[in-house]
Amino acid sequence: MSPGPCESPMRPQPYVVRGVRRETHDVFTLELEPAGDAAPLAFGPGQFTMLYAFGMGEVPISISGDPAGNTMLVHTIRAVGTVTRALERCRKGDVLGVRGPFGTCWPVDEAAGKDVVLAAGGIGLAPLRSVMYRLLARRERYGRIALLYGTRTPEDIVYRDELEEWRGRLDLNVQVTVDRAGSDWRGNVGAVTTLLPRAEFDPANTVAMFCGPEVMMRFTMLALMKRGLQAEQMYLSMERNMKCGIGLCGHCQLGPFFICKDGPVFPYDRVKWLFGREEI
Amino acid sequence: MTTVNGDMTEQLHDKRTVVIEPAGLDRLIEVLSRQGYEVVGPTLRDGAIIYDRLASTADLPVGWTDEQGPGTYRLRRRGDNALFGYAVGPHSWKKFLFPPALTLWRARQAGESFEMEAETAAEPRYVFFGVRPCELQAMEIQDRVFMKGAHIDPSYRSRRENIFVVAVNCGHAGGTCFCVSMQTGPRATFGHDLALTEVVGNGSHYFVVETGSGAGAEILDDIPHREARDEEIAAADRLLCDTAGRMSRELETNGIRDLLYRNYENPRWDDVAGRCLTCANCTFVCPTCFCHTVEDVTDLDGRHAERRRPWDFCFTADFSYLHGGSVRSSAKSRYRQWMTHKLAAWIDQFGTSGCVGCGRCITWCPVGIDITEEARAIRESER
Repeated sequence: MSPGPCESPMRPQPYVVRGVRRETHDVFTLELEPAGDAAPLAFGPGQFTMLYAFGMGEVPISISGDPAGNTMLVHTIRAVGTVTRALERCRKGDVLGVRGPFGTCWPVDEAAGKDVVLAAGGIGLAPLRSVMYRLLARRERYGRIALLYGTRTPEDIVYRDELEEWRGRLDLNVQVTVDRAGSDWRGNVGAVTTLLPRAEFDPANTVAMFCGPEVMMRFTMLALMKRGLQAEQMYLSMERNMKCGIGLCGHCQLGPFFICKDGPVFPYDRVKWLFGREEI
Repeated sequence: MTTVNGDMTEQLHDKRTVVIEPAGLDRLIEVLSRQGYEVVGPTLRDGAIIYDRLASTADLPVGWTDEQGPGTYRLRRRGDNALFGYAVGPHSWKKFLFPPALTLWRARQAGESFEMEAETAAEPRYVFFGVRPCELQAMEIQDRVFMKGAHIDPSYRSRRENIFVVAVNCGHAGGTCFCVSMQTGPRATFGHDLALTEVVGNGSHYFVVETGSGAGAEILDDIPHREARDEEIAAADRLLCDTAGRMSRELETNGIRDLLYRNYENPRWDDVAGRCLTCANCTFVCPTCFCHTVEDVTDLDGRHAERRRPWDFCFTADFSYLHGGSVRSSAKSRYRQWMTHKLAAWIDQFGTSGCVGCGRCITWCPVGIDITEEARAIRESER
């Protein structure tokens, strides 16, 4: 999916904001369309773009929409810094800059014929939502599908309508948990790992994908390995500071890897020797 | 001029070895300037030899040499009129090809949208006059970073493709040099249009000049020269042999990639962190360090924006900042990142070491941290 050598890889292309949706108090989703008659962005699940707010700066954001020919480029963003807060102020009709897509994809095709376990922490659900769209578009290709999602509080649950819709399906196992909740919460409380016993899969024939805080991914992997999964069946999305997205600025290095081009999605056995080391 | 795939050009021309007198080099500068090149090379400034514009050989540090050691750099008189009787200083050619500050583009607001301004004008055409063999390798390494991956830096490429390279073989080993260990010197073997060896002493002063490209051979037509005699070539060879024998340092590169990957938790990193000031001097002076950041700025009314690309340094806390904090918050982790990247990860990323043995990081480290010594300490800890 990655583009070939590009003459001006640092120049953003203009995209028009077509939709703004508030997910939680600090998370929002933007739907973007190329300005003019530019073709919609082709991308694979797991890839990201660099989103530019005019004059404010640029941030790497995972694509969270449907990879299958949708004209909209969808990004779910948490407002935590100067640029993401500027993006939060966007309204329909505003124009943003987009570079990309960059990076590697989730192994959606490799998972055909297998059980699939997706585990997401917080906003890590965003890139895995693209995977869900792909899985559901060809549901018959896959075995059992489990989506395990943990977030801080019930108020921090993103894509709530979709999660509830998926949870209502008989061919999906969707589990949600929160770290803490008020007395009005009737759902699960606890780390994502507490949901794992509810996921049924054949360890010999399963692909697992994780996106979330490193500590969440580490414990999820440990738990799945206890259930018989091997390192090469597990994929994770890594995160580091990124400035260019094209493997030139050096910021996103993890050992020999540039997360922006060798990742963000890695097979676990490729980064196992670095994963969990402090300050790498 | 040397092309990016320089090897081809180098093989295709009839290689010649000639002798040029010092005055001939002035003619060379003159001819190249007249062709529209900006000639840049070593010159004295503020007690150091740096790279800047040259109008003639009089701008070179004639008769000067340097004394270098860990954390030390001093100039002194040589007692002759050598034009190139010193090692590398704090600058490297990367400042011309990968400038410390560059504006990538400008844009202006237009209603709800913005308009990108057209690409800027052509980049300058440089003559790099006095490139050391280790620096040729450094340029080759940065070529791999900026021109040979999936994404290309167009500014770097247009600068790089238009340079004319006059290399100078090293008749003087600097006090922190280890090019022999890195197999990058003291003789230039690729990547130049002309390569000079300066022979000075016993009342004679001449340059043995080897052509490295068709453009290099062609320009000889305009420069007074004669075919080199065997004894002149032999004298130049002896000089380079002597330099190779006078390396002040050694870096054992055998298996170094795996060595460093095995030693992320070596206590030596704590030891070096006790000395390292995380000042990033080593990355400023390193001819291969390529990290940079991207800054988006506006003018006061916010209607004009531009994107800038200044150098950045893995020794700052900000470099690895991720929502909530810095991934590499300790000095230990930053020095480890720099050295492991330079000597190990670079091999995976670009198929070459990131170190050329120029010794700059040792000389310009304010506390004299020596990369060869740090690598040796880690190797010896495994014995």
